[in-house]
Amino acid sequence: MANNNYYDPADLKKFGKISEWSKELGDKFFEYYGKVFEEGALTAREKSLIALAVAHTEMCPYCIDAYSQDGLQRGITKEEMMEAVHVGAAIKSGATLVHGVMMMNKVNKLEM
Amino acid sequence: MPNIKKKKQQSLHKRDSEFAIANKQLEKLSNGIFANGELPTFSEKIKETDQFPLRPSKLEILQINVGYMCNQVCEHCHVDAGPDRKEIMTRETMLQCLEVIKNTGAHTLDLTGGAPEMNPDFRWFVEEASKAGIQDFIVRSNLTIIRANKKYHDLPEFFKKHDVHVVSSMPHWTRGKTDKQRGEGVFDQSIKALQELNAVGYGMPNSNLRLDLVYNPSGAFLPGDQTSMEKDFKKALLEDFGIYFHNLFAITNLPISRFLDYLIASENYEDYMYSLVEAYNPAAVKNVMCRNTISISWDGYLYDCDFNQMLELKVASQIQHISEYNEDILNNRKIIVSQHCYGCTAGAGSSCQGVVTN
Repeated sequence: MANNNYYDPADLKKFGKISEWSKELGDKFFEYYGKVFEEGALTAREKSLIALAVAHTEMCPYCIDAYSQDGLQRGITKEEMMEAVHVGAAIKSGATLVHGVMMMNKVNKLEM
Repeated sequence: MPNIKKKKQQSLHKRDSEFAIANKQLEKLSNGIFANGELPTFSEKIKETDQFPLRPSKLEILQINVGYMCNQVCEHCHVDAGPDRKEIMTRETMLQCLEVIKNTGAHTLDLTGGAPEMNPDFRWFVEEASKAGIQDFIVRSNLTIIRANKKYHDLPEFFKKHDVHVVSSMPHWTRGKTDKQRGEGVFDQSIKALQELNAVGYGMPNSNLRLDLVYNPSGAFLPGDQTSMEKDFKKALLEDFGIYFHNLFAITNLPISRFLDYLIASENYEDYMYSLVEAYNPAAVKNVMCRNTISISWDGYLYDCDFNQMLELKVASQIQHISEYNEDILNNRKIIVSQHCYGCTAGAGSSCQGVVTN
């Protein structure tokens, strides 16, 4: 393999190939994935922004690449995209901080 | 002149850019990833579904480019139009076009440019052409021309008087994206122009005065779903500015001229071509606009489409000029294709009337 990186942008295009080694599960995943992103109670635009935020909290470069492009295609502005990223960041930092309560509980219990 | 500062003030021609030369563009589109077999050429691709050579269907649209002069210098412009372009259709050529308009079976007349309104004989031509009984008479207006100078301020009334169907570019409902693509100040002027068109009845619900907008992506990505985009545009323009319009046409940027220059300069060319080829939709091929359209240039030459016109690819026919126009002979031609044609067949397809598949 010529590529010395863990992540290769070209791999995003090969995502569909994961079905080749496990067709049934792969097909089920893509069917589910496609269904999730269909217009429903949430618009496809709203779903794209959620996906972008999650892509960041999951730190998935492929997903960031895909949903940045998807957002542009849907006419989503960069301000909207950055706000979505901040929502993800806020939840991520909030999730870290809220565990601080656990730490406080433990410390309070153990300390005299 | 309103305060419209262009990002790049000059056309590729004025800048003596390599891509001002059509052959240089064609070379770029034929070499590299298409010559080394990484990607199939467009001809090879349509051969897969027995659609090569591409043949015309019934002629429905005459698209006349009355000149490349424009008051804007948009980043993506496939015409490479701008204030420095002097190519302008003469009244003599317009008379030849009128003769054809009167005798053709085409139901749509589509005037484009540059800014077609900047042709000194534009109004005369519209007055004469509107007498020809064409079903759909389109003028592609960039909107800001209406606000550019006092002499254009009455254009909404003029369009109304001649029952012109106005089709206008609007890359986004926000100032930032619009100005980035079309020049600083364009958004505000376009909004005012749209409000003025609405004021005379254009684009209003139940109005017969048609006002459609054209959306094309402001960068190296494909347009999203036309229906969703239309919904978003309508909501935003109505809520923010009280503007109404009828339909939105989503158009893919074709990799020629200034957009090709941008793709290469921004190192997006190969990825963009990959995206176009990946999104290739064989079902779009049968409805591409070159099949039912003849494009006529400012100097009266005939082309399969406005894009082939800019690549200087005249129709492959013994008839090549409006002065010798013969529909039957033209209908026997083979349409000239190159890799830019992937742009019209990506996704839902793309034409000057928006998507070509349902």
